[in-house]
This record gives sequence, structure tokens and C-alpha cells, in this order.
Amino acid sequence: MKVTRRQFVKGGVAAFTVTFAAPEFLSDLARAQGAHVRNLVVLNLSGGNDALSMLIPYNDPFYYSRRPTLAVPAGQVLQIGSDRSSVALGLHPRLTGLKQIFDQGRLALIQRTGYENQSRSHFLGTDIWSTADPNNSSGLGWVGRYLDSLPSPVDPLVGWNTTGSLPHVLQSARTAVPAIPSAAGYAFSSPNSGTELTAERSAALRISSHVPVDRPELAFVYGSAQAAMATLDRVATVGAYTSTLTYPNTGFGQALRAVAGAMSKGIGTKIFYVTTGGFDTHSAQNVNQNNGAYYSLMATLNDGLLAFYTDLNNQGLLTDTLVVSFSEFGRRISENGSSGTDHGAASVMMVMGGRVNGGLYGTAPNLNTDPQNPTLENSAGDVHYETDFRSVYAQVADRWLGTDSVKLLGGDFRKGSLSFI
Amino acid sequence: MAKGITDRQIDHLLRRAGFGARPDEIDFYSQMSITDAVDALVNYDAIADDADMHIGQNGYVGTTTRGVFSPNSNITDSRQRWLFRMVHSDRPLQEKMTLFWHNHFATGYNKIAGAYGAAEGARYMAAKASEDPAKVRGQIEMLRDNALGNFRDILLNIAKDTAMLVWLDGRTNTKAKPQENFGREIMELFTMGVGNYTEPDVYAAARVFSGWNLQRPGNVADGSARYEFFYSAANHETTAKTFSFPIYADGNKTIPARSADAGMQDGIDLINALTANSNTGRYLAGKLWRFFICEFRDPDPAFVDRIAGVYLQRRYDMRQVVREVLLSPQFWDGGSYYARYSWPVEFIVRSLKDIGWRGFSVNDAIAPMANMGQTLYEPPDVSGWDAGQTWFSTGAMLARMNFAASLANNQKFNLLTSAKQYGATPEALLSFYLDELRTAPLDSSVRGELMTYLRATGAWTGNDAQVQTKSAGLVHLIAGLPEYQLI
Repeated sequence: MKVTRRQFVKGGVAAFTVTFAAPEFLSDLARAQGAHVRNLVVLNLSGGNDALSMLIPYNDPFYYSRRPTLAVPAGQVLQIGSDRSSVALGLHPRLTGLKQIFDQGRLALIQRTGYENQSRSHFLGTDIWSTADPNNSSGLGWVGRYLDSLPSPVDPLVGWNTTGSLPHVLQSARTAVPAIPSAAGYAFSSPNSGTELTAERSAALRISSHVPVDRPELAFVYGSAQAAMATLDRVATVGAYTSTLTYPNTGFGQALRAVAGAMSKGIGTKIFYVTTGGFDTHSAQNVNQNNGAYYSLMATLNDGLLAFYTDLNNQGLLTDTLVVSFSEFGRRISENGSSGTDHGAASVMMVMGGRVNGGLYGTAPNLNTDPQNPTLENSAGDVHYETDFRSVYAQVADRWLGTDSVKLLGGDFRKGSLSFI
Repeated sequence: MAKGITDRQIDHLLRRAGFGARPDEIDFYSQMSITDAVDALVNYDAIADDADMHIGQNGYVGTTTRGVFSPNSNITDSRQRWLFRMVHSDRPLQEKMTLFWHNHFATGYNKIAGAYGAAEGARYMAAKASEDPAKVRGQIEMLRDNALGNFRDILLNIAKDTAMLVWLDGRTNTKAKPQENFGREIMELFTMGVGNYTEPDVYAAARVFSGWNLQRPGNVADGSARYEFFYSAANHETTAKTFSFPIYADGNKTIPARSADAGMQDGIDLINALTANSNTGRYLAGKLWRFFICEFRDPDPAFVDRIAGVYLQRRYDMRQVVREVLLSPQFWDGGSYYARYSWPVEFIVRSLKDIGWRGFSVNDAIAPMANMGQTLYEPPDVSGWDAGQTWFSTGAMLARMNFAASLANNQKFNLLTSAKQYGATPEALLSFYLDELRTAPLDSSVRGELMTYLRATGAWTGNDAQVQTKSAGLVHLIAGLPEYQLI
């Protein structure tokens, strides 16, 4: 990659400060903004998910001929019916929980999502999916732009990023989304105790509210320090969350547990970011073996999402929740010599939640190697997109976030045949 | 340029070309002119490379061992050794450039350990050849040996590096089904940058490196068994490979068909071509700008032109390139001071040098560093750490503030010893610590808040208990300031 990812977001620095507000006020604000809050959970499957191993066209003979070691035998897929082009599809055998959610009508699978001339670069690809702008992928994240559109003052806990560093999709001009990988570790420490600790903490709080004039890069760091100080107490309540069931002990599972905790405690957060990685399966993809690479990816995904879905359902929070997944690209259709798959193009997006109209959207690729095959590209090497990924974002913006997708995405990407919300 | 170097300039130089300055480093460089100081940093071969022999000795930062200290086979110990070197090496630029290359050729231990086990993973990342039964040299040791070496040699070494052959799957690249991972990244991330190659170039590069695999000579009994680079002629794809950019000096874009036995030359030709490609010098110049000079402005085109020019004229000699960077007017421009966000490892090592290290174990910096977003030998992906503002999520900022708290707590006793003579008034104590920690300029209101803290909780007596408590609290607050995060 050139400079885009390491460069600062253009124009994103100057105004980056959080309006200072005392903690007492914040909780009121949170309550005000948090009433009947609709939560959006952005899920990144990082590395480039091999959608053909997740949602399998198990009657396509080319699926088997092009993936001699990687294909899942037809008898083992979890059949979920046919799409509108009458292609029979099945989920990866390890996705038993997602099958259950699909059967309850709460999981939508949108096939062949992507964009024209899809980037095969992890970094450029992630930037494009994050900004929703294939032509200028160095701008703000599309969810970050949504946060910027909220009326001031914005609650510093309006977003919660469960990873350690700020993902591009959440980069915004004036809303510092806190990174809270672990609610328990999110606490103020001091070399002293008692009144000295109190004095230090209040000094740190006052200092963090300082706005350095004409030093925007420094102001950015102040914004983070201030958001940290301003969110400590509410996050501490999430640290005390007791879930209705045990989550898997994976990073992904624990992140989702924290998200459920934040929702359950009603701290006012509307946007969550969760990621699970390892999808860059160039070699030894091991789709079929227990504990094989891709098999394990599916296990992590399935077990985390099922626990989350069930926990929220148990608490009546499911109808307030929408999970939307993305991955920077799908993978090459034919397996490579390392029993893996290289970088490809279109993929599958998942949308899950209590108000989702579940089912199969779009049509599956035909894997025939004919170079003229219209569902494929790159000499029939990769899956060609059918639904622009921004059409999915548009529906989330219009029908879930209640904002104007045309304004948010800089164009009209609404697509009538999509109706997952 | 001025003949004598000022303290402010030494600090700037060592924050960038090193990890901050120990008191003895300030003394050493303060005798010199700027040019001499840069030359001393760049020509580090003249200075003994003896930091490792002090590990475990009194007076140095500590390490924590579980049984025998094993940096060649235990990744936690590898991390401790590197942190130790960053604090104590008298060749700071060598460690800094090793970090630069680690980020550039970003390889993660976990995948290697997943393939060959934890001890072997640490070995291929961090083993010191002189200490390995089969003279295995881990990737980071190779990069350290070549920290200011020739870029072409570095690239060739990387292409044959065991950890890299696992990390980007080169070990499985065969003619039957070429593997694109390394072929793509060597163009996108290691040399020319995205936009300067095409998708067909990726497929061609994969075929070029087909057969660049691993073998396992030696025997297990004496520990000499190891995975090492092996050109497998039988697995090399021999047809011609055409690129969209010149491969040869005459502009020819096609690597000719060669016999399988001669086919390793394909990869060498491509490495030579990528090294000599003008986009590579510009790509490196941009990265060097962001690493050494400034993150707050886009690279100055004049700088990029000059550095890319030196890169080509000096035949890819990174010593000459980096010397030029450190002597550039842009490096010494007032606007470049504190115009870079410190990486977690830079923040940690600098704070040890500024606040104190005796009685602290670098082992206790590893988990906090991870909370700040960085783990040595484990970059998030092959493009390295995102750096810049992305280091400053709220959680990561809190982790920095909390590390400052725990280091201040750990150093309480040492802080009292050094601050005692400045304890007469809170003003004197504050000046002393601001002088020790040398943050980016503080606005008067921030300084005022620090003073308010010193005056809180009772009248100033200047007794030992008060100086100790307030020193620790003040050091915590200063090292946790946003101004201290800039270098």
C-alpha cells in the first residue's frame, strides 16, 4: 500500500475534541440518548472470508472440481434451501448455531456483495469497505460519519470499540469512540492512595479537559484522554455484568459478552465494533477437519454469535440489536497448491438481529470456469459482485439508524430487492 | 548548521534516532556537532555491541526469568532481550532501524509457532546465530545485522528467511499451484507500493518464487535440525514471466524461460528489479519521513526526491540514505520537533530512560504494551502497525497513563533520591521533573494544573514522605500527559 492507511484522515484532525461535560451530566445525556436505543454491531471478519466455504453451493459440480481438497461434501453441509435462482445452498457444518438463527428467520445472508474492480489488497480493501468509497478510501469511516451527524453534545460512550486500536470504519471528525477491549481493565490507576489518589485523579480529569489551541494533532490525544476519563465510571458498571449464559472463552466471544453487558446495563452506547480475524487462509485452510484452520474460524464465529443472540434474546434485547458483517474480499474460487485460497473478489454479508427479515438474498455464483460466465470475473477466477456493498449499508442507514443514506454514503445505493430490515 | 549541538537538539535526535536519552547518552552526544552526532549514530559499528552481556546485572533494567533466560527459544524472553537492548544499547539507531524493518517486513511469531511450535517460532524470529546449535539466525537478528545495510541484501535475505517463508506461505509455493501471498506483498508492502503493479504481476511474481521452499537438514539429537531456505528446482515453474514494469536495465519486462535448475535466478532478477525500481526509493522515503521526521504533514516532495535520489545513487545503501534523512533540513526544522506520535514501545523505553529503570523488570512492560496496541514480534498483519493517531484510542491512552502510574510506583524510592534536593518548594520540584521528562511544550493552564496538584492535600513541608508521594504522583501525571506522547 502507498500512504493512504498511515496518513491521517483528511480534515479529520482539526475538530477532534470531545465537548467536556461533568460525569453527572453525562449519565443524564446517556439516558436521554439511550432511550429505546437501537444498537448496531459492526462485525469485521478480517483477512478476507472465503464465503464459498461458509455458504456452499453444494450442487455445483465446479465447486468440487475446483476445490478438490477444500470442498465440503454435499452430505455434510447444513442445508438452508435455495436462493431465487434455485441454487441449493448450505452452511458450513460447524455453523449449527447460525443455522438455528437462520431457521428462526433472524439471519439474512446477502450473496455476492462487493463492488466494481474490487481490490485484492487487504489494506486498500479494508479501507474501501470502511469508508464505503472505492474512489477515496482515505476519508472517514462510514459509521464515523454517521456519528458525526448526531446532534451535539455527543455522549463519549455513543460508540464502543472492543479492539485495541481505532478501526477505520469508526474514524470520525469529532467523535472519539473509546477502545475498551476489556471493561475490567478500563480503570484509573495511581502510585498513591487515599486523598493523594483522589487529588491525582481530579488533576488528570481537569488536565484532560484542556483544549490546546492550534495544535490539532495534540488535541487528538487530549480527546482520547478526555474520553477515557469521562467514561471510566460507566464502563465499570459493565465490568460487573452477569450474562445469562457462559460465552465461549475466545477474544470474539468475550468481546460480544462485553457488548451484551453494555446493552444490558443501558449505558447509552449505540454503535459497537467487534472483529474476529484469521480469515487470510492462503494455506492449510482445512475446511473439513475438526480444529482445522477454517473449521476453527467457523467455530469461533458460530459459538460467539449464538451465545450473543441467546443472551440478548433472554433479556428481550434482541429487537434492539442489528449485527452487520463485512470482510475485505472473498477468495479465489479454485484452491491453490497449498490447500488454501488466494485473494478474490465478491463475498457474502451477514445481517442478524431481532428485526431482521432473514433468508437468502441475491443469487449464488455459478462456478463454471467458462471465461464468459457472468457471475464470475478475472477469467472466471473470482466471484463477481451482484449487490453493491453500499446497498446493504444504505438499508442499515435508512431503516435502522434512521438517517439519510444518500447523504451518508454520498449517493443513492438503495436497492429495491433488498428488504432484510 | 550550528557547530555545537544544543540539549534540545540532542533530545530531538535521540527521540527519533533512538528511544530517548539516558543521562550518559546526553553527556556523550553533547560533546559533538550535529554532523558528528549523526555520524556517531549511523556508524555504530565503531561502538561495541555488548548490551546483551549486561542482562541480569545490577544497575541495568531487570528481566524476569522462568528457569533459564532463553531469548532464542522463548518469545517472552526474546521480547525482554529486545526491550533491554533498546534501553541500554549504545547503538540506539541500530535498534531503531531494526524496529523500522520489523514494521516494514512485519512478520508475526504466532503463525510460525503454529506451524513449528513455540520454541521453533521464537528461534526463527529471534535466535542469535552465535547462540544457536545450528547457527540459525532469527529474522529480527538478520534485520539487526542489516539495519543500515544494503536494501537489496535485506530483500534477498527476507525472501529466504524461514519465518517469512512460513508467514507468507512461500514454503508451499509450487509450480503446480503457485502461491500469491509473498508475490503480492513484496510489491505492495516491501518495495514499490500499491498502485504500481497489476493483478497479473501478482500471478507472475507467485510463479517467479515457486520452488522457494524450506528443507529440514541437521539432526534432532544435537539440536541442529532446523528449517531453512531451499530452492526446489522440481517445484519451480519454468516458463517466461512478463511484468508491467521493467525487470532489466534495458527496459525488458520479461523474465525469460529457464531450466528448472537455473530457475532460482528468476527470483533474484525480480528482487533486483524491485530494488532498482524508482517507486521503491520513493516508497521508502515516504516511510522514513513518517518514521523519522514528521507525521503531522505529508512528506515534503523535495525530501522524497532527494532521499529517493540518494537511494539510487548510493546503490540502495541504507546507511547513506538514513544519514541523509537525519541531516536533512526537514529533520531539523522546528516544525518537526515533537511532530510524531510515539509508538507504545517508544513511549515505554523513553519513560524508563527518563524516569528510571533500576528495580524495574521489562517483563512488566509487555502486557501494558499490548494494552497500548503493540506486541513486539507480533505485528497485527503484514502491513505492520497502523501507527499515528490509531495508537490513541481511549483504551490505549488509558493504558499509557496506567503504565506511567505503575512505573512511578515502582520507582518511588529512586525518585525520592534524585528529587530530594529539589523538594524545597513545589515550583522547584515541578521544574525538576519537567526538565527530566522534556515533554512537548505545555500550555500554562496545564502547568497550572500540575502545580495545583502539588499544592493539594495540605501545606508544603518538603519532607521525604511528601517529596516521595508528590514525585510519584507528578511523574505519573506528566508521563500520562498528551504532550509526553509526542516525540
